[in-house]
Amino acid sequence: MYDGGKIIPGLIIFVLLVTFPIWYNKGNAGPVPQPELPKQYDKCVLPAEDMLAEHMQLLNQWRDTVLRTGDRSFDVTIGEKKYQKSLMNTCMQCHTSKKKFCDTCHAYASVTPYCWDCHLAPVE
Amino acid sequence: MFEKALKGNKYYWMWLAFLGTFMAIAAICYLRQFNYGLGLTGMSRDVSWGLYISQFTFLVGVAAGGVMLVLPYYIHDYKAFGRITILGEFLAIAALLMCLTFIVVDLGQPMRMLNVIFHAQPRSMLFYDMIVLNGYLFLNILCGWVILTAERKEVPPPRWIYFFVYLSIPFAVSIHTVTAMLYCGLPGRHFWLSAIVAPRFLASAFAAGPALIVVVALILKRVANFDAGKKAIDKLATIILYAALVNVFFVGLEFFVAYYSNIPGHKHTLDYLFFGVNHHGHVYDNLVPFMRAFLALFAVGVALLSIPYTRRKSDFWLGAGCLAIFISFWLDKGIGFVLGGFVPNPLNEIVEYYPTANEIFIVLGIWAMGFFILTVLYKIAISVEHEIEA
Amino acid sequence: MDKKRRDFLKIAGATTLAGLGGSVVVERLVTGEAPATARAAHEVDPAVGHGHARAEAGHEPVPHGGGHGHEIRKTGKRLGMVIDLRQFQKHPELIEKVVHACHAEHNVPSFPNKKDEVKWIWPTEYAKAFTEHSDYYRNSVILENEVLVLCNHCDEPPCVKACPTRATFKNKDGIVAMDYHRCIGCRFCMAACPYGSRSFNWRDPRAGLDMNHINRRFPTRMRGVVEKCNFCAERVGLGKQPKCVEACGTSKAMVFGDLNDPDSEIRKVLKDNFTLQRKPSAGTHPSVFYIV
Repeated sequence: MYDGGKIIPGLIIFVLLVTFPIWYNKGNAGPVPQPELPKQYDKCVLPAEDMLAEHMQLLNQWRDTVLRTGDRSFDVTIGEKKYQKSLMNTCMQCHTSKKKFCDTCHAYASVTPYCWDCHLAPVE
Repeated sequence: MFEKALKGNKYYWMWLAFLGTFMAIAAICYLRQFNYGLGLTGMSRDVSWGLYISQFTFLVGVAAGGVMLVLPYYIHDYKAFGRITILGEFLAIAALLMCLTFIVVDLGQPMRMLNVIFHAQPRSMLFYDMIVLNGYLFLNILCGWVILTAERKEVPPPRWIYFFVYLSIPFAVSIHTVTAMLYCGLPGRHFWLSAIVAPRFLASAFAAGPALIVVVALILKRVANFDAGKKAIDKLATIILYAALVNVFFVGLEFFVAYYSNIPGHKHTLDYLFFGVNHHGHVYDNLVPFMRAFLALFAVGVALLSIPYTRRKSDFWLGAGCLAIFISFWLDKGIGFVLGGFVPNPLNEIVEYYPTANEIFIVLGIWAMGFFILTVLYKIAISVEHEIEA
Repeated sequence: MDKKRRDFLKIAGATTLAGLGGSVVVERLVTGEAPATARAAHEVDPAVGHGHARAEAGHEPVPHGGGHGHEIRKTGKRLGMVIDLRQFQKHPELIEKVVHACHAEHNVPSFPNKKDEVKWIWPTEYAKAFTEHSDYYRNSVILENEVLVLCNHCDEPPCVKACPTRATFKNKDGIVAMDYHRCIGCRFCMAACPYGSRSFNWRDPRAGLDMNHINRRFPTRMRGVVEKCNFCAERVGLGKQPKCVEACGTSKAMVFGDLNDPDSEIRKVLKDNFTLQRKPSAGTHPSVFYIV
C-alpha cells in the first residue's frame, strides 16, 4: 500500500476516536434517568409507554389543533378532571418540576427542545 | 477543474487572505447576532428591513445582469461575447450565493428556514423568490460548469446544455421581477406600490451587473493576462449606458407622478430621501447625502461612458465610469429604494435607520465572501482559457 | 434505443399527460367552477348594504369593487370590534388601563430602547390612526384625544398573503392568528401590513419582562418571531371577552362580537352609529371600527 505506514495507524486512530464513547464507559450507558412522577395521579393522558415514545408528536398535534383549528375544549381526561390540550396549563400542572421530570430524560438523551423558550415552566 | 484555483501567485493568495479576514470577522459577528437576536442590528419596529435585505435586493439585480452577456451570444450569435459569457455566469453564481446568505442572516429563526418548503404558500411572493433564486443558481452552475469543461476539452458543448442556457434567460428576468413583486404588491407602502418598480429594477440590474463585469474584466487584463476584447467591452459599455439612462428615466417618472399629482402618500418618501423632511421641528434627512451621491455618480458615470476618449482610449476612466454607475445604482436600489419604503411608517411617523457596527461587519463579510467565490471561479475560468490557448 | 421503441414511449407519455390534464379540464367544464374552491354558503343579511359587514354567498358582486379571494370560513363567524372614541374622550384613563391589561395578560415585554419596542395595542393621534381621513380644521376634541390602534384582523389580510410559511393565518372565527412555532422571522408580514400593527422580537422578550410578575397561564414568545394582537383567541375560544374589552368595564368603550351574526350587539352598534375604518382604500376590509 502506498503510504501504508501512515494510513494504517491513521485508520486505527480514527476508529478508536469514533468509538470513544463506547469503550470509554466500558459499554455502560450511564444511569437510566429517573424522572420524578407526580403524586396525585397514577396515569396520564396516555399510558406511560406511549407517552414516553410519543409525547413530542402528541404535543405537536395539540399545538396544531388548538392554534390552527381553534379547538380549546376541555377534552383531555386525566383521572376524573377534564383539561385543555395545553403544555403549560395541563401537563405542567401535575409535572410541576421541569428539572426533576422533563430535564432528567432530555439531558440524558442530549435533546434540547425549544418549547421552554416560550412556554413557561412552573417556578421551582 | 477546482485544482486550478489552488495555484496562484502571491497576490492571488494575499487577496484571498484579505477577503478571508473579513469573512472571519463577519462569522464572529453573526454568532453574536445569532445568540442575542437581530436587535444587534439597527433595524426597528418601523424600519423592519435594513441593510441585509437591501443588499439582497441589489445583488439579485447584479446576478440578473449576467443575462446581458448570455442573451447576445447565445440567441443573437454575437461572437465577440464568446470569451466573457462565462464571466457573466460565474458572477451570477457569486451574486446569488451572496443573496441567499443575506436572506439567511436576516431571518429571525434561521433554523426554521426549510418551513418555506415544508409549508409552501403559493400566494406568497417569497415562495416564488425562493424557487427562482435557487433555480437560477442551479442553472448557472450547470451551464457555466458544463460549457467551461467542454471548452477545456476543446470540444463543442453537448447539445442538451443549450436547453438550460435558453431557460436561464427568462429565469434571469424572472428573478428580478419576482424580487420587485415582493415590494410592488404590498398595499400599505405607497413608495413601493408602483408598476414601474419591476422595470426600474431590471434596468438598474442590466446596468449594474455588466458594469461590475467590465470593471473586473479590466482588472483581469492587468493582473491575470486575460483580455476580454475591445469589441466586447465596448458593446458592454453601450449596454450599461442605455440601461443606466433608462433606469434614471424611470426614477424621473416616479418624481413626476409624485410631485405633479401632489398626492402626499407618493411625495412623502421622495421628500425624505432627496430633500429631507421636517416633522414637528425635527429634520429627518439622514439619507439625503446618499441619494444626492446617487445622482452625482450617475452623471459622472454617464459622462465617462459617453465621451469617446474616456470610453475607448483609457481603461482607467472606463473602469471609473463603470464603477461610478455600479455604486450609484447600489445607492439607488440598496439604500434609497428599500430603506425609503419604510419611511414614513404606516402611521405617517418617521423613524430613521442607522446600521450598527456588528451589522456593517456582517454585510462587509458577505460581500467579501461574494468576491472570494468570484475570485476562485474566475481563476478557474481564466486558467482554462490560458490552458487552451497554450 | 431503436426507433419503434422510442415512438412507443413518446406516444405513451403524451397519452398519459393528456389523460391527467383532460380529466381536470372535463371536471371544470362540467361543474362550471374550479373543483376545490367552491364557496361555503354564508347567510346573506338583506339589511346589509355594501360596506363594512361582509356576509356573502356564491359569486355576488360587491359594488365597491375589489377581488374576493377570501378564505373559506367553516363556522361563518367573523369577529370584530367597535371602539367608541367618545367614551375614551370622556374617560381618558381607560386608554392606559386597556393597554396595560392587554400587555400584562399576554406578557408583552417593554424595552427602554424604542427600536426594540413590542406593542399589541397603543394610543396614537387621530391623524396618524386615520391617515386617509382629513384632519384639516378638525375639531379640538378629536385633535386633543388619542385613538387606540391595534391589529385590524382584516378580512383580506395582506400579511397572510405575504407569509411564506402560513405562520400567520386567518382562523375559523376571522381572527388573524400567529403560529410562533412556524414563524421564520422574515418580517415580510411587517412590510405588508398597512397599519403597522406588527412587532418583531429583536431580542429575547423575557429580558423585557419582570419574570416574577407575569401571567403564567400564557406563554411568552421567543426572539426572532413576529407578534401582534390576537383578539385574545385563547379567551374568545372559551367564550370570554378580550382583555381590552373587559378592561373597559361597563363604559362600552369597546364592543366585541360576531359581525356575521345580524342579531349581535356589535351589529346593532354599527347600525346605530357612524363609524370610520383605517385606510379603507387598501381594500383589506378591517374588522375594527371606530365611532368618532
